[in-house]
Amino acid sequence: MKESSLAFRIRRNKTSYFMLAPYFVMFFFFTVLPVVMSIFFSFTYYNMLEMPEFIGWKNYIKLFLEDDIFLKSLKNTMVLAVVTGPVSYFLCLLFAWIINEFKGWLRAFLTLIFYAPSICGNAFVVWNLILSGDRYGYLNGILLKLGILDEAVIWMKTEKYVLPMLIVVQLWLSLGTGFLSFIAGLQTVDKSLYEAGAIDGIKNRWQELWYITLPAMRPQLMFGAVMQITQSFAIADVSLQLAGNPSVNYAGATVVTHLLDYGTVRFEMGYASAIATVLFILMVGSNKLVQKLLRRVGE
Amino acid sequence: MAKARTRFFKPREKRVNRSMAGNTMLFVLMVICGLAMVLPLVMVINNCLKPLDELFQFPPRIFVKNPTLENFSDLFRLMNDSWVPFSRYILNTIIITGGGMVGHVLIASLAAYPLAKHDFPGKNILFSMVVLSMMFSWTVTQTPQYMIISWLHINNSYLALILPACSFGMGLYLMKQFMEQLPDSLMESARLDGANEWQIFWKIVMPNVKPAWLTLAIFQFQQMWGNTGSTFLRDEELKPLQYALFQISAGGTARAGAAAAVTFIIAAVPITFFLICQKNVLETMTTSGMKE
Repeated sequence: MKESSLAFRIRRNKTSYFMLAPYFVMFFFFTVLPVVMSIFFSFTYYNMLEMPEFIGWKNYIKLFLEDDIFLKSLKNTMVLAVVTGPVSYFLCLLFAWIINEFKGWLRAFLTLIFYAPSICGNAFVVWNLILSGDRYGYLNGILLKLGILDEAVIWMKTEKYVLPMLIVVQLWLSLGTGFLSFIAGLQTVDKSLYEAGAIDGIKNRWQELWYITLPAMRPQLMFGAVMQITQSFAIADVSLQLAGNPSVNYAGATVVTHLLDYGTVRFEMGYASAIATVLFILMVGSNKLVQKLLRRVGE
Repeated sequence: MAKARTRFFKPREKRVNRSMAGNTMLFVLMVICGLAMVLPLVMVINNCLKPLDELFQFPPRIFVKNPTLENFSDLFRLMNDSWVPFSRYILNTIIITGGGMVGHVLIASLAAYPLAKHDFPGKNILFSMVVLSMMFSWTVTQTPQYMIISWLHINNSYLALILPACSFGMGLYLMKQFMEQLPDSLMESARLDGANEWQIFWKIVMPNVKPAWLTLAIFQFQQMWGNTGSTFLRDEELKPLQYALFQISAGGTARAGAAAAVTFIIAAVPITFFLICQKNVLETMTTSGMKE
Protein backbone atom coordinates (compact mmCIF):
# COMPACT_ATOMS: atom_id res chain seq x y z
CA MET A 1 0.00 0.00 0.00
CA LYS A 2 2.69 2.41 1.08
CA GLU A 3 4.85 1.42 -1.88
CA SER A 4 2.18 2.15 -4.43
CA SER A 5 1.31 5.46 -2.81
CA LEU A 6 4.96 6.50 -2.88
CA ALA A 7 5.24 5.50 -6.53
CA PHE A 8 2.05 7.37 -7.20
CA ARG A 9 3.36 10.50 -5.49
CA ILE A 10 6.58 10.32 -7.44
CA ARG A 11 4.71 9.95 -10.71
CA ARG A 12 2.33 12.75 -9.88
CA ASN A 13 5.26 15.07 -9.20
CA LYS A 14 7.29 14.17 -12.24
CA THR A 15 7.46 17.79 -13.43
CA SER A 16 9.15 18.68 -10.13
CA TYR A 17 11.78 16.02 -10.70
CA PHE A 18 12.40 17.17 -14.26
CA MET A 19 13.02 20.67 -12.96
CA LEU A 20 15.41 19.38 -10.34
CA ALA A 21 17.27 17.10 -12.71
CA PRO A 22 19.76 19.45 -14.42
CA TYR A 23 21.02 20.93 -11.18
CA PHE A 24 21.16 17.73 -9.20
CA VAL A 25 22.86 15.76 -11.97
CA MET A 26 25.71 18.28 -11.86
CA PHE A 27 25.55 18.51 -8.10
CA PHE A 28 25.97 14.74 -8.01
CA PHE A 29 28.92 14.77 -10.42
CA PHE A 30 30.82 17.70 -8.94
CA THR A 31 29.95 17.58 -5.24
CA VAL A 32 28.45 14.29 -4.05
CA LEU A 33 30.57 11.97 -6.13
CA PRO A 34 33.83 13.80 -5.27
CA VAL A 35 33.14 13.44 -1.54
CA VAL A 36 32.39 9.74 -1.93
CA MET A 37 35.49 9.27 -4.12
CA SER A 38 37.58 11.17 -1.68
CA ILE A 39 36.59 8.83 1.13
CA PHE A 40 37.08 5.78 -1.11
CA PHE A 41 40.48 6.79 -2.52
CA SER A 42 41.72 7.76 0.92
CA PHE A 43 42.06 4.03 1.59
CA THR A 44 44.08 3.41 -1.56
CA TYR A 45 47.39 4.20 -3.20
CA TYR A 46 46.51 5.95 -6.45
CA ASN A 47 48.63 8.01 -8.83
CA MET A 48 46.11 8.36 -11.69
CA LEU A 49 48.23 6.14 -13.97
CA GLU A 50 48.00 2.73 -12.37
CA MET A 51 44.87 1.17 -10.90
CA PRO A 52 44.22 2.25 -7.30
CA GLU A 53 45.56 -0.25 -4.80
CA PHE A 54 43.71 -0.82 -1.53
CA ILE A 55 45.99 -0.15 1.43
CA GLY A 56 43.54 0.20 4.34
CA TRP A 57 44.27 2.83 6.95
CA LYS A 58 47.88 3.34 5.83
CA ASN A 59 47.35 6.86 4.48
CA TYR A 60 45.78 7.98 7.72
CA ILE A 61 48.46 6.30 9.81
CA LYS A 62 51.12 8.02 7.75
CA LEU A 63 49.31 11.35 8.06
CA PHE A 64 49.02 11.35 11.81
CA LEU A 65 52.15 9.43 12.79
CA GLU A 66 54.81 10.16 10.17
CA ASP A 67 53.96 13.30 8.27
CA ASP A 68 55.37 16.09 10.43
CA ILE A 69 54.45 18.71 7.84
CA PHE A 70 50.85 17.59 7.92
CA LEU A 71 50.78 17.83 11.70
CA LYS A 72 52.27 21.28 11.51
CA SER A 73 49.80 22.38 8.84
CA LEU A 74 46.95 20.89 10.86
CA LYS A 75 48.10 22.87 13.87
CA ASN A 76 48.35 26.06 11.78
CA THR A 77 44.89 25.46 10.34
CA MET A 78 43.43 24.96 13.81
CA VAL A 79 45.09 28.15 15.06
CA LEU A 80 43.89 30.11 12.04
CA ALA A 81 40.38 28.69 12.28
CA VAL A 82 40.02 29.08 16.05
CA VAL A 83 41.23 32.68 15.89
CA THR A 84 39.84 33.99 12.61
CA GLY A 85 36.55 32.03 12.71
CA PRO A 86 35.07 33.44 15.93
CA VAL A 87 36.78 36.83 15.63
CA SER A 88 35.57 37.43 12.09
CA TYR A 89 32.11 36.19 13.08
CA PHE A 90 31.88 38.73 15.89
CA LEU A 91 33.34 41.48 13.72
CA CYS A 92 30.70 40.75 11.08
CA LEU A 93 28.02 40.99 13.71
CA LEU A 94 29.44 44.07 15.40
CA PHE A 95 29.96 46.05 12.21
CA ALA A 96 26.58 45.02 10.81
CA TRP A 97 24.97 46.05 14.07
CA ILE A 98 26.62 49.47 14.03
CA ILE A 99 25.98 50.00 10.32
CA ASN A 100 22.33 49.31 11.04
CA GLU A 101 22.21 52.58 13.04
CA PHE A 102 22.98 54.57 9.91
CA LYS A 103 20.83 55.15 6.90
CA GLY A 104 20.90 56.32 3.32
CA TRP A 105 24.10 56.66 1.34
CA LEU A 106 26.30 56.54 4.44
CA ARG A 107 24.92 53.12 5.24
CA ALA A 108 25.49 51.91 1.69
CA PHE A 109 28.99 53.36 1.73
CA LEU A 110 29.94 51.70 5.02
CA THR A 111 28.56 48.38 3.79
CA LEU A 112 30.71 48.69 0.69
CA ILE A 113 33.88 49.58 2.63
CA PHE A 114 33.64 46.59 4.93
CA TYR A 115 32.50 44.14 2.28
CA ALA A 116 34.85 45.24 -0.50
CA PRO A 117 38.01 43.44 0.71
CA SER A 118 36.29 40.05 0.58
CA ILE A 119 35.38 40.51 -3.09
CA CYS A 120 38.50 42.25 -4.33
CA GLY A 121 39.85 38.95 -5.59
CA ASN A 122 43.60 38.60 -5.49
CA ALA A 123 44.03 42.28 -4.75
CA PHE A 124 45.08 41.23 -1.26
CA VAL A 125 48.53 40.96 -2.80
CA VAL A 126 48.75 44.64 -1.86
CA TRP A 127 49.62 43.26 1.57
CA ASN A 128 52.84 42.09 -0.05
CA LEU A 129 53.77 45.75 -0.26
CA ILE A 130 52.71 46.45 3.31
CA LEU A 131 54.60 43.47 4.67
CA SER A 132 57.47 43.69 2.24
CA GLY A 133 60.77 42.74 3.83
CA ASP A 134 62.80 45.76 2.68
CA ARG A 135 62.66 49.39 3.74
CA TYR A 136 60.09 50.17 1.04
CA GLY A 137 57.45 48.07 2.80
CA TYR A 138 54.87 50.28 4.49
CA LEU A 139 55.05 48.51 7.84
CA ASN A 140 58.83 48.54 7.95
CA GLY A 141 58.90 52.11 6.70
CA ILE A 142 56.60 53.34 9.45
CA LEU A 143 58.27 51.37 12.23
CA LEU A 144 61.75 52.45 11.10
CA LYS A 145 60.68 56.06 10.94
CA LEU A 146 59.17 55.90 14.39
CA GLY A 147 62.39 54.32 15.65
CA ILE A 148 60.65 51.17 16.87
CA LEU A 149 62.79 49.04 14.57
CA ASP A 150 66.49 49.45 13.90
CA GLU A 151 66.48 47.45 10.70
CA ALA A 152 63.84 46.13 8.32
CA VAL A 153 62.14 42.91 9.36
CA ILE A 154 61.46 40.31 6.66
CA TRP A 155 57.97 39.69 8.00
CA MET A 156 56.84 36.80 5.89
CA LYS A 157 60.16 34.99 6.12
CA THR A 158 60.44 35.16 9.88
CA GLU A 159 58.76 32.14 11.38
CA LYS A 160 57.16 33.78 14.39
CA TYR A 161 55.49 36.54 12.37
CA VAL A 162 54.01 34.40 9.61
CA LEU A 163 50.87 33.13 11.35
CA PRO A 164 49.96 36.41 13.08
CA MET A 165 50.31 38.30 9.80
CA LEU A 166 48.19 35.72 7.97
CA ILE A 167 45.54 36.14 10.66
CA VAL A 168 45.49 39.91 10.17
CA VAL A 169 45.14 39.62 6.40
CA GLN A 170 42.54 36.88 6.66
CA LEU A 171 40.45 38.97 9.07
CA TRP A 172 40.63 41.86 6.65
CA LEU A 173 39.31 39.56 3.93
CA SER A 174 36.68 37.79 5.93
CA LEU A 175 33.67 40.12 6.08
CA GLY A 176 31.90 38.33 3.29
CA THR A 177 28.54 36.73 2.66
CA GLY A 178 27.86 36.26 6.38
CA PHE A 179 28.32 39.97 6.93
CA LEU A 180 25.76 40.79 4.22
CA SER A 181 23.38 38.30 5.73
CA PHE A 182 23.66 40.02 9.13
CA ILE A 183 23.11 43.48 7.67
CA ALA A 184 20.04 42.27 5.84
CA GLY A 185 18.83 40.28 8.85
CA LEU A 186 19.03 43.24 11.20
CA GLN A 187 16.68 45.13 8.93
CA THR A 188 14.04 42.45 9.20
CA VAL A 189 13.79 42.46 12.99
CA ASP A 190 10.29 43.56 13.90
CA LYS A 191 10.57 47.13 15.21
CA SER A 192 7.63 46.76 17.57
CA LEU A 193 9.67 44.19 19.50
CA TYR A 194 12.05 46.98 20.56
CA GLU A 195 9.26 49.14 21.87
CA ALA A 196 7.70 46.22 23.67
CA GLY A 197 11.12 45.41 25.12
CA ALA A 198 11.59 48.93 26.39
CA ILE A 199 8.30 48.67 28.25
CA ASP A 200 9.32 45.26 29.64
CA GLY A 201 12.37 46.84 31.27
CA ILE A 202 15.20 46.48 28.75
CA LYS A 203 17.53 49.28 29.76
CA ASN A 204 20.25 49.66 27.16
CA ARG A 205 21.28 48.67 23.69
CA TRP A 206 23.37 45.74 24.89
CA GLN A 207 20.42 44.10 26.61
CA GLU A 208 18.34 44.87 23.57
CA LEU A 209 20.92 43.16 21.39
CA TRP A 210 21.08 40.01 23.50
CA TYR A 211 17.41 39.59 24.39
CA ILE A 212 15.66 40.86 21.27
CA THR A 213 17.87 41.37 18.24
CA LEU A 214 19.98 38.22 18.32
CA PRO A 215 17.15 35.74 18.98
CA ALA A 216 15.11 37.41 16.24
CA MET A 217 17.89 36.94 13.71
CA ARG A 218 18.94 33.45 14.74
CA PRO A 219 18.47 32.06 11.22
CA GLN A 220 20.95 34.61 9.86
CA LEU A 221 23.32 33.84 12.72
CA MET A 222 23.28 30.20 11.70
CA PHE A 223 23.89 31.01 8.06
CA GLY A 224 26.70 33.43 8.92
CA ALA A 225 28.34 30.82 11.11
CA VAL A 226 28.39 28.32 8.27
CA MET A 227 30.01 30.88 5.98
CA GLN A 228 32.68 31.98 8.46
CA ILE A 229 33.59 28.48 9.65
CA THR A 230 33.92 27.03 6.19
CA GLN A 231 36.01 29.99 5.10
CA SER A 232 38.32 29.90 8.10
CA PHE A 233 39.20 26.22 7.63
CA ALA A 234 39.87 26.71 3.94
CA ILE A 235 42.56 29.39 4.27
CA ALA A 236 45.16 28.76 1.59
CA ASP A 237 45.39 31.47 -1.05
CA VAL A 238 46.52 34.09 1.44
CA SER A 239 49.27 31.81 2.66
CA LEU A 240 50.36 30.83 -0.85
CA GLN A 241 50.54 34.43 -2.02
CA LEU A 242 52.06 36.07 1.03
CA ALA A 243 54.16 33.36 2.65
CA GLY A 244 54.90 31.27 -0.43
CA ASN A 245 54.79 27.53 -0.71
CA PRO A 246 56.66 25.99 0.95
CA SER A 247 56.73 28.81 3.46
CA VAL A 248 59.70 29.29 5.73
CA ASN A 249 59.87 26.19 7.94
CA TYR A 250 56.27 25.52 6.89
CA ALA A 251 55.17 28.29 9.26
CA GLY A 252 52.36 29.23 6.86
CA ALA A 253 51.42 25.73 5.70
CA THR A 254 47.73 24.88 6.10
CA VAL A 255 45.85 21.64 5.49
CA VAL A 256 44.71 23.04 2.15
CA THR A 257 48.21 23.99 0.98
CA HIS A 258 49.35 20.50 1.97
CA LEU A 259 46.43 19.07 0.01
CA LEU A 260 47.35 21.16 -3.02
CA ASP A 261 50.91 19.95 -2.76
CA TYR A 262 49.92 16.26 -2.92
CA GLY A 263 46.88 16.65 -5.20
CA THR A 264 48.16 18.99 -7.88
CA VAL A 265 51.93 18.75 -7.68
CA ARG A 266 52.82 15.20 -6.64
CA PHE A 267 49.65 13.51 -7.96
CA GLU A 268 49.49 11.18 -4.98
CA MET A 269 45.72 11.10 -5.18
CA GLY A 270 45.18 8.51 -2.45
CA TYR A 271 47.15 10.47 0.07
CA ALA A 272 45.59 13.78 -1.06
CA SER A 273 42.17 12.17 -0.66
CA ALA A 274 42.98 11.25 2.92
CA ILE A 275 43.92 14.88 3.62
CA ALA A 276 40.71 16.05 1.95
CA THR A 277 38.67 13.62 4.02
CA VAL A 278 40.23 14.89 7.25
CA LEU A 279 39.44 18.44 6.15
CA PHE A 280 35.88 17.45 5.28
CA ILE A 281 35.35 15.94 8.72
CA LEU A 282 36.88 19.01 10.40
CA MET A 283 34.68 21.45 8.49
CA VAL A 284 31.40 19.61 8.72
CA GLY A 285 32.05 18.58 12.34
CA SER A 286 32.73 22.10 13.57
CA ASN A 287 29.78 23.44 11.60
CA LYS A 288 27.43 20.95 13.24
CA LEU A 289 28.87 21.72 16.67
CA VAL A 290 28.47 25.47 16.28
CA GLN A 291 24.91 25.08 14.99
CA LYS A 292 24.12 23.28 18.22
CA LEU A 293 25.62 26.09 20.29
CA LEU A 294 23.79 28.80 18.35
CA ARG A 295 20.40 27.30 19.15
CA ARG A 296 20.97 28.52 22.68
CA VAL A 297 21.44 32.20 21.80
CA GLY A 298 19.25 34.44 23.91
CA GLU A 299 18.14 31.67 26.26
CA MET B 1 23.34 69.71 13.91
CA ALA B 2 19.90 68.26 14.33
CA LYS B 3 19.50 68.26 10.60
CA ALA B 4 22.78 66.46 10.07
CA ARG B 5 21.66 63.90 12.60
CA THR B 6 18.53 62.97 10.73
CA ARG B 7 20.49 62.66 7.56
CA PHE B 8 22.92 60.10 8.97
CA PHE B 9 20.91 58.30 11.59
CA LYS B 10 17.56 56.68 11.28
CA PRO B 11 15.20 59.28 12.67
CA ARG B 12 12.28 57.55 14.32
CA GLU B 13 12.67 54.00 15.59
CA LYS B 14 15.53 52.79 17.76
CA ARG B 15 15.71 56.01 19.70
CA VAL B 16 14.78 53.85 22.67
CA ASN B 17 17.71 52.59 24.66
CA ARG B 18 20.34 54.81 23.01
CA SER B 19 22.74 56.85 25.09
CA MET B 20 24.87 59.63 23.64
CA ALA B 21 28.01 58.08 25.17
CA GLY B 22 27.23 54.77 23.51
CA ASN B 23 26.57 56.43 20.18
CA THR B 24 29.86 58.32 20.32
CA MET B 25 31.85 55.27 21.33
CA LEU B 26 30.43 53.13 18.53
CA PHE B 27 30.87 55.93 16.02
CA VAL B 28 34.54 56.34 16.93
CA LEU B 29 35.05 52.58 16.79
CA MET B 30 33.41 52.53 13.37
CA VAL B 31 35.64 55.28 12.03
CA ILE B 32 38.82 53.57 13.24
CA CYS B 33 37.84 50.16 11.90
CA GLY B 34 36.54 51.66 8.67
CA LEU B 35 39.86 53.38 8.07
CA ALA B 36 41.77 50.19 8.79
CA MET B 37 39.60 48.27 6.34
CA VAL B 38 39.81 50.80 3.59
CA LEU B 39 43.52 51.61 3.89
CA PRO B 40 44.83 48.69 1.79
CA LEU B 41 42.29 49.54 -0.92
CA VAL B 42 43.38 53.17 -0.81
CA MET B 43 46.91 51.90 -1.36
CA VAL B 44 45.77 49.86 -4.36
CA ILE B 45 44.24 52.96 -5.91
CA ASN B 46 47.20 55.22 -5.14
CA ASN B 47 49.82 52.72 -6.25
CA CYS B 48 48.35 52.35 -9.70
CA LEU B 49 48.71 56.12 -10.18
CA LYS B 50 52.27 56.36 -8.87
CA PRO B 51 55.22 56.84 -11.21
CA LEU B 52 57.92 54.21 -10.72
CA ASP B 53 60.15 56.36 -8.52
CA GLU B 54 57.31 56.90 -6.08
CA LEU B 55 56.64 53.16 -5.87
CA PHE B 56 60.15 52.71 -4.53
CA GLN B 57 60.58 55.48 -2.09
CA PHE B 58 61.80 55.63 1.47
CA PRO B 59 59.96 56.31 3.66
CA PRO B 60 57.02 54.89 1.67
CA ARG B 61 54.10 57.26 1.18
CA ILE B 62 50.53 56.11 0.92
CA PHE B 63 49.25 58.96 -1.20
CA VAL B 64 50.51 59.68 -4.67
CA LYS B 65 52.29 62.98 -5.29
CA ASN B 66 52.44 63.21 -9.08
CA PRO B 67 49.61 61.01 -10.36
CA THR B 68 50.18 59.54 -13.80
CA LEU B 69 48.48 57.00 -16.03
CA GLU B 70 51.87 55.67 -17.15
CA ASN B 71 51.24 52.33 -15.41
CA PHE B 72 48.11 51.74 -17.44
CA SER B 73 49.77 52.66 -20.72
CA ASP B 74 52.61 50.31 -19.75
CA LEU B 75 50.07 47.59 -19.12
CA PHE B 76 48.39 48.15 -22.48
CA ARG B 77 51.73 48.08 -24.24
CA LEU B 78 52.57 44.76 -22.57
CA MET B 79 49.12 43.46 -23.51
CA ASN B 80 49.81 44.19 -27.16
CA ASP B 81 53.02 42.22 -26.97
CA SER B 82 51.30 39.08 -25.74
CA TRP B 83 51.65 35.87 -27.69
CA VAL B 84 47.91 35.37 -28.10
CA PRO B 85 46.00 38.55 -29.02
CA PHE B 86 44.88 40.12 -25.80
CA SER B 87 41.24 40.36 -26.85
CA ARG B 88 41.26 36.57 -26.84
CA TYR B 89 41.84 36.51 -23.08
CA ILE B 90 38.99 38.93 -22.59
CA LEU B 91 36.72 36.80 -24.75
CA ASN B 92 37.67 33.72 -22.75
CA THR B 93 36.82 35.44 -19.50
CA ILE B 94 33.47 36.54 -20.89
CA ILE B 95 32.66 33.01 -22.03
CA ILE B 96 33.76 31.38 -18.78
CA THR B 97 32.23 33.80 -16.28
CA GLY B 98 29.22 34.44 -18.50
CA GLY B 99 28.61 30.73 -19.00
CA GLY B 100 29.00 30.04 -15.29
CA MET B 101 26.70 32.91 -14.36
CA VAL B 102 23.90 32.20 -16.80
CA GLY B 103 24.12 28.43 -16.39
CA HIS B 104 24.11 28.62 -12.63
CA VAL B 105 21.28 31.14 -12.37
CA LEU B 106 19.06 29.14 -14.76
CA ILE B 107 19.79 25.69 -13.43
CA ALA B 108 19.72 26.66 -9.76
CA SER B 109 16.50 28.65 -10.13
CA LEU B 110 14.86 25.80 -11.99
CA ALA B 111 15.73 23.45 -9.13
CA ALA B 112 14.90 25.96 -6.43
CA TYR B 113 11.31 26.43 -7.61
CA PRO B 114 10.08 22.89 -6.85
CA LEU B 115 12.15 22.81 -3.66
CA ALA B 116 10.45 25.98 -2.46
CA LYS B 117 6.92 25.48 -3.70
CA HIS B 118 6.18 21.83 -4.50
CA ASP B 119 5.71 18.94 -2.16
CA PHE B 120 7.21 15.66 -3.31
CA PRO B 121 9.06 12.68 -1.85
CA GLY B 122 12.79 13.30 -1.27
CA LYS B 123 12.51 17.07 -1.12
CA ASN B 124 13.97 17.47 2.35
CA ILE B 125 16.85 15.09 1.73
CA LEU B 126 17.87 16.87 -1.46
CA PHE B 127 17.80 20.27 0.21
CA SER B 128 19.71 19.17 3.28
CA MET B 129 22.37 17.75 0.97
CA VAL B 130 22.77 21.18 -0.56
CA VAL B 131 22.98 22.80 2.89
CA LEU B 132 25.57 20.23 3.89
CA SER B 133 27.58 21.08 0.79
CA MET B 134 27.89 24.66 2.02
CA MET B 135 29.60 23.37 5.14
CA PHE B 136 32.77 22.40 3.31
CA SER B 137 34.67 24.33 0.73
CA TRP B 138 35.45 23.35 -2.84
CA THR B 139 39.03 22.62 -1.79
CA VAL B 140 37.80 19.34 -0.30
CA THR B 141 36.38 18.16 -3.60
CA GLN B 142 38.89 19.56 -6.04
CA THR B 143 41.18 16.54 -6.30
CA PRO B 144 38.42 14.06 -7.21
CA GLN B 145 36.80 16.78 -9.32
CA TYR B 146 39.97 16.89 -11.35
CA MET B 147 39.72 13.14 -11.92
CA ILE B 148 36.04 13.36 -12.90
CA ILE B 149 36.74 16.16 -15.32
CA SER B 150 39.47 14.18 -17.02
CA TRP B 151 37.21 11.10 -17.20
CA LEU B 152 34.45 13.18 -18.79
CA HIS B 153 37.07 14.38 -21.31
CA ILE B 154 36.19 18.01 -20.75
CA ASN B 155 39.69 18.78 -19.55
CA ASN B 156 41.26 21.68 -21.41
CA SER B 157 37.91 23.17 -22.42
CA TYR B 158 35.69 25.92 -21.11
CA LEU B 159 33.29 23.31 -19.78
CA ALA B 160 35.81 22.19 -17.17
CA LEU B 161 35.32 25.53 -15.42
CA ILE B 162 31.69 26.22 -16.31
CA LEU B 163 30.01 22.93 -15.37
CA PRO B 164 31.26 22.67 -11.77
CA ALA B 165 30.41 26.35 -11.29
CA CYS B 166 26.82 25.65 -12.30
CA SER B 167 26.34 23.33 -9.35
CA PHE B 168 27.51 25.52 -6.47
CA GLY B 169 25.33 25.04 -3.43
CA MET B 170 24.98 28.59 -2.26
CA GLY B 171 23.06 29.85 -5.29
CA LEU B 172 20.41 27.16 -5.01
CA TYR B 173 20.14 27.80 -1.28
CA LEU B 174 19.65 31.57 -1.63
CA MET B 175 17.24 31.16 -4.50
CA LYS B 176 15.10 28.61 -2.67
CA GLN B 177 14.94 30.75 0.47
CA PHE B 178 13.91 33.75 -1.58
CA MET B 179 11.26 31.89 -3.60
CA GLU B 180 9.68 30.53 -0.45
CA GLN B 181 8.32 33.91 0.44
CA LEU B 182 6.42 34.32 -2.82
CA PRO B 183 2.71 33.99 -1.98
CA ASP B 184 1.21 30.68 -3.11
CA SER B 185 -1.84 32.50 -4.44
CA LEU B 186 0.33 33.90 -7.21
CA MET B 187 0.96 30.43 -8.59
CA GLU B 188 -2.53 29.16 -7.83
CA SER B 189 -4.19 31.80 -9.97
CA ALA B 190 -1.81 31.08 -12.83
CA ARG B 191 -2.68 27.39 -12.54
CA LEU B 192 -6.38 28.21 -12.70
CA ASP B 193 -5.67 30.14 -15.89
CA GLY B 194 -4.27 26.95 -17.33
CA ALA B 195 -0.54 27.63 -17.11
CA ASN B 196 1.71 24.59 -16.63
CA GLU B 197 4.57 24.49 -14.15
CA TRP B 198 7.21 25.46 -16.72
CA GLN B 199 5.22 28.50 -17.75
CA ILE B 200 4.66 29.45 -14.12
CA PHE B 201 8.37 29.17 -13.46
CA TRP B 202 9.36 31.27 -16.43
CA LYS B 203 6.56 33.84 -16.51
CA ILE B 204 5.52 34.22 -12.87
CA VAL B 205 8.32 33.08 -10.58
CA MET B 206 11.42 34.33 -12.38
CA PRO B 207 10.23 37.92 -12.93
CA ASN B 208 9.28 38.07 -9.25
CA VAL B 209 12.65 36.95 -7.95
CA LYS B 210 14.75 39.35 -9.97
CA PRO B 211 16.72 40.60 -6.94
CA ALA B 212 17.68 37.00 -6.19
CA TRP B 213 18.99 36.14 -9.61
CA LEU B 214 20.90 39.37 -9.84
CA THR B 215 22.50 38.48 -6.52
CA LEU B 216 23.29 34.97 -7.69
CA ALA B 217 24.87 36.39 -10.81
CA ILE B 218 27.05 38.75 -8.77
CA PHE B 219 28.17 36.11 -6.30
CA GLN B 220 28.91 33.77 -9.15
CA PHE B 221 30.86 36.47 -10.92
CA GLN B 222 32.94 37.10 -7.80
CA GLN B 223 33.68 33.38 -7.56
CA MET B 224 34.71 33.01 -11.17
CA TRP B 225 36.44 36.33 -11.77
CA GLY B 226 39.48 35.32 -9.75
CA ASN B 227 39.89 31.95 -11.45
CA THR B 228 43.06 31.64 -13.49
CA GLY B 229 41.90 28.27 -14.79
CA SER B 230 45.45 26.99 -14.69
CA THR B 231 44.47 23.58 -13.28
CA PHE B 232 42.27 22.66 -16.21
CA LEU B 233 43.22 24.80 -19.17
CA ARG B 234 46.45 24.01 -21.01
CA ASP B 235 46.01 25.85 -24.30
CA GLU B 236 47.04 29.46 -24.21
CA GLU B 237 44.05 30.30 -26.45
CA LEU B 238 41.63 29.19 -23.73
CA LYS B 239 43.06 30.99 -20.74
CA PRO B 240 41.16 33.79 -19.03
CA LEU B 241 42.11 37.39 -18.42
CA GLN B 242 43.24 36.79 -14.85
CA TYR B 243 45.89 34.39 -16.04
CA ALA B 244 47.24 36.86 -18.58
CA LEU B 245 47.25 39.68 -16.06
CA PHE B 246 49.19 37.56 -13.61
CA GLN B 247 51.73 36.68 -16.26
CA ILE B 248 52.25 40.34 -17.00
CA SER B 249 52.50 41.45 -13.40
CA ALA B 250 54.83 38.63 -12.36
CA GLY B 251 57.83 40.40 -13.82
CA GLY B 252 59.40 41.64 -10.60
CA THR B 253 60.60 45.18 -10.05
CA ALA B 254 60.59 46.18 -13.70
CA ARG B 255 56.88 45.46 -13.93
CA ALA B 256 55.90 46.92 -10.57
CA GLY B 257 53.95 49.71 -12.24
CA ALA B 258 52.00 47.40 -14.54
CA ALA B 259 51.40 45.08 -11.59
CA ALA B 260 49.87 47.92 -9.60
CA ALA B 261 47.55 48.66 -12.51
CA VAL B 262 46.62 44.98 -12.71
CA THR B 263 45.82 44.83 -9.00
CA PHE B 264 43.58 47.85 -9.41
CA ILE B 265 41.66 46.31 -12.31
CA ILE B 266 41.26 43.00 -10.52
CA ALA B 267 39.77 44.71 -7.46
CA ALA B 268 37.75 47.39 -9.20
CA VAL B 269 35.61 45.19 -11.43
CA PRO B 270 33.86 43.08 -8.76
CA ILE B 271 33.55 46.04 -6.40
CA THR B 272 31.84 48.07 -9.13
CA PHE B 273 29.41 45.25 -9.83
CA PHE B 274 28.50 45.05 -6.17
CA LEU B 275 28.12 48.81 -5.93
CA ILE B 276 25.58 48.80 -8.74
CA CYS B 277 23.53 45.95 -7.35
CA GLN B 278 23.91 46.48 -3.60
CA LYS B 279 20.19 47.01 -3.02
CA ASN B 280 19.21 43.78 -4.73
CA VAL B 281 21.88 41.82 -2.94
CA LEU B 282 20.78 43.00 0.48
CA GLU B 283 17.15 42.34 -0.35
CA THR B 284 18.04 38.77 -1.25
CA MET B 285 20.14 38.28 1.84
CA THR B 286 17.18 39.08 4.13
CA THR B 287 15.90 35.60 3.36
CA SER B 288 19.29 33.90 3.69
CA GLY B 289 18.61 32.71 7.25
CA MET B 290 18.87 29.03 8.11
CA LYS B 291 15.87 27.47 9.76
CA GLU B 292 16.54 24.81 12.32
